[in-house]
Amino acid sequence: MTDWLNALTQGVLLGGLYALFASGLSLIFGVMRLVNLAHGDLIVLAAFVILFIAGKLGLDPFVAALCALPLLFIVGFALQHILLNRTLGRDLLPPLLVTFGLSIIIQNGLLEIFSADSQRLRSGAIETASFALGGGVAVGVVPVLTLLSAIAVIVLLNFFFYHTALGRAFRATSDDLEIAQLMGIDVNRIFSLAMGLALVVIGIAALYLGLRANFDPSIGPARLLYAFEAVIIGGLGSFWGTLAGGIVLGLAQTVGAQFDPEWQILSGHLAFLVVLVLKPRGLFPRALDGSGA
Amino acid sequence: MTLLQTRRLTAFYGDFQALFGIDATLGAGETIAIIGANGAGKSTFLKAIAGLIRRPADGVLLDGKPIGSLSAFDIVKLGIALVPEGRRLFPSLTVEENLMIGGYGRRMAGPWSLDRVYSLFPVLRDRRNSSTPILSGGQQQMVAIGRALMSNPRVLLCDEISLGLAPIIIADIYGALPQIKAEGTSVVLVEQDIVQAMKAADRVYCFQEGRLSLSGRPRELTRDQIHRAYFGS
Amino acid sequence: MDDGEPKPALTFRIETAGRASRATLVAAFGALLALALLPAVAGRNIIQDLIFPFYMLALAQCWNLLAGYAGLISVGQQAFVGFGGYLLFALTLLGGINPLLAIPLAGLLSALFALPTAFIVFRLRGAYFAIGTWVVAEVYRLAFAQFKSLGGGTGTSLAPSVTSAVPGIEWVKAVLEVRTPAARDIISYWVALALMVGTLIFVYLMLRSRRGLALGAIRDHETAAAGLGVDIYRTKLAVYVATAGVTGMVGALIYLQKARISPDAAFSVLDWTAYVIFIVVIGGIGTMEGPIVGTVIFYLMQQYLADFGAWYLILLGTLGILVMLFAPRGLWGLIAERHDLTLFPIRRRLVACRRDRNS
Repeated sequence: MTDWLNALTQGVLLGGLYALFASGLSLIFGVMRLVNLAHGDLIVLAAFVILFIAGKLGLDPFVAALCALPLLFIVGFALQHILLNRTLGRDLLPPLLVTFGLSIIIQNGLLEIFSADSQRLRSGAIETASFALGGGVAVGVVPVLTLLSAIAVIVLLNFFFYHTALGRAFRATSDDLEIAQLMGIDVNRIFSLAMGLALVVIGIAALYLGLRANFDPSIGPARLLYAFEAVIIGGLGSFWGTLAGGIVLGLAQTVGAQFDPEWQILSGHLAFLVVLVLKPRGLFPRALDGSGA
Repeated sequence: MTLLQTRRLTAFYGDFQALFGIDATLGAGETIAIIGANGAGKSTFLKAIAGLIRRPADGVLLDGKPIGSLSAFDIVKLGIALVPEGRRLFPSLTVEENLMIGGYGRRMAGPWSLDRVYSLFPVLRDRRNSSTPILSGGQQQMVAIGRALMSNPRVLLCDEISLGLAPIIIADIYGALPQIKAEGTSVVLVEQDIVQAMKAADRVYCFQEGRLSLSGRPRELTRDQIHRAYFGS
Repeated sequence: MDDGEPKPALTFRIETAGRASRATLVAAFGALLALALLPAVAGRNIIQDLIFPFYMLALAQCWNLLAGYAGLISVGQQAFVGFGGYLLFALTLLGGINPLLAIPLAGLLSALFALPTAFIVFRLRGAYFAIGTWVVAEVYRLAFAQFKSLGGGTGTSLAPSVTSAVPGIEWVKAVLEVRTPAARDIISYWVALALMVGTLIFVYLMLRSRRGLALGAIRDHETAAAGLGVDIYRTKLAVYVATAGVTGMVGALIYLQKARISPDAAFSVLDWTAYVIFIVVIGGIGTMEGPIVGTVIFYLMQQYLADFGAWYLILLGTLGILVMLFAPRGLWGLIAERHDLTLFPIRRRLVACRRDRNS
């Protein structure tokens, strides 16, 4: 019984990490209809940036991440401004293939700079700290922090989107690109700002990725798939839906692992496929257009 | 004094030429109407002025200065606002948010604010927090006009604001025009409803297949002239 | 309106083959003959080397058909490569079936499995479809890693009893005076050549058929095509299933030749999707000539640059991005536009000619 309770708890906590992965993807797709195939690799890149800053300046990963966030914002802004804005338009192929090429470049660039060695963000005692929840279940501090951060990020994103002028501009741009320009909105700048913001969210996700598990240049694509699955399961157009999707995915994985540890990832994928077949628009869709499903 | 002027304005959709050299003027404080059959190029004309489609750099002049190479979002900041055909409200935004986003590119302080728009169209005040798709056609049109006004435009371009509306609602909407004009805004009306257009405008232009077929003051034009200009001989 | 003389009547006919395409046909026959006879004169190294571009071209033509014509941008074709490969191993090792027979069987089964796969992934569109295919490929990979009888996560090798059961080895050994391993390679070479040519013919026929017209319409403007009565779903499904079948056969051949399989290798995104996409993008999407040009370029790059490891891949990625941004029709697109060239006569041209009333 305890085993199952444990699996469920771990699943929810894992969902927090996946929700963090997914929020950035959801943000980008929401604002500019761009699916970034390099999303997972950007998370890994961010993790290496944090690692580098932490190492060079002798900082705790949390502090290093804080320092990395403005840097990541600039990276995102520049990436969109210089490269990705050129790919947006009516045709599907350019953004897909360019971000795919970007994925390869980032993976191999990291490989060249940092080698294929497994890395970890070391944070001292907090890594192994845990507390008991009762019922024989113990949870690690880091996983709980991950989930809390995911919730905080989503609350902040919702606040930003629904209670600020810039957020309003994001939503208007997402609704109707042409008319948004008539409001005095420089849509290309909006896209660049959105990507910058997405990289900040990615940075937070990367911090917890690196704290929870080992990472190396090659694990990007798998993170993309988890992020994508969380978004689809949750349904497009809602950040809370993305959290729900992440948790469902996390639960599917940990429950599957209970049957056989080798089945963890496969269970997640299968749960995604089941949701896709039965509820193609996701569990909590909010998007008004049908793109994606 | 000429506020806005188009000079040999051309416009293309891909290979298809929609406008063949339009020369038109708008004086400060004036209201002009553009009439013509479907596909005559009226909406294209407004889009060209607003910067939504490519046009020659000196095809459109504001205060005598060419603005044809500017992006749409810069044009708004210069004081030209378009109420697009079909309203095109933002479905993710409430009524009030639609109005507020209109003020995003506000060029400078001016007479129009949320309060002022609500006093122009009181029915919107009660619905400020509702989403826009559920509003009636007339209410949506009011939001669209209010949204454009929020940028404090010197020139308001209205693309078929009577489309799909019942006569009594059209009268309501056009009833708001005098107040808009009183604040100093010059208005360009694209209309299929010729009667309404002639009543509201100081001057009329008639388009036919991308060309100007007639221009003049409403009182000076005969029915025959308009008929011929509208449909062609 | 009328001038006195009646003008000669104008007639129209539809022409597909131009002068360039007729010349190409002759050249292609010549090239095919030369390639088929190559094992008689070339060393084992060349023969082994050429198998790679043969099957990469086959994969590229399939991906191009999917993405360039049917608008199905798949990042998961490795699912069928690996599936075909594993089927070959399963059919020969566990089923005792002859290896050469197993190849078309693998293709058939791949096409069959493509049906439920399509049912699932077709629920997604555009970029989400792309990632969806990737997820499916991962499911295939993880599923096959569970089969202990096929080596589980680490994979397995083809038993010598299977590799030596490839028909024709004795004949080749006798006629070309080579030893068994070389004979095996030569047979693989011919099978690869046959698959490549077969794929080219298959793609060509598909594009020339009515279905091909439908595909062209879908590629250019899907909504309009639907309005004209093109059954989008059925057409896309047909293309998806057919290319899955071909891809499966290619996968079976690849792993017959390699004689060793593992889930990570068989379902590798890099080998079976990234390289394929690179080939099609560099060569030119949406044409049959493009992938051929792309394969040649890629083959040369692999020969000379692959040793540079990560830098080579960075170069590929960068090149792909640059081509996508600045020459989206690829190298062949640039050439074809310059010289108005088409080698594969799949486009129909309306030719008008005046004919004298009396002739």
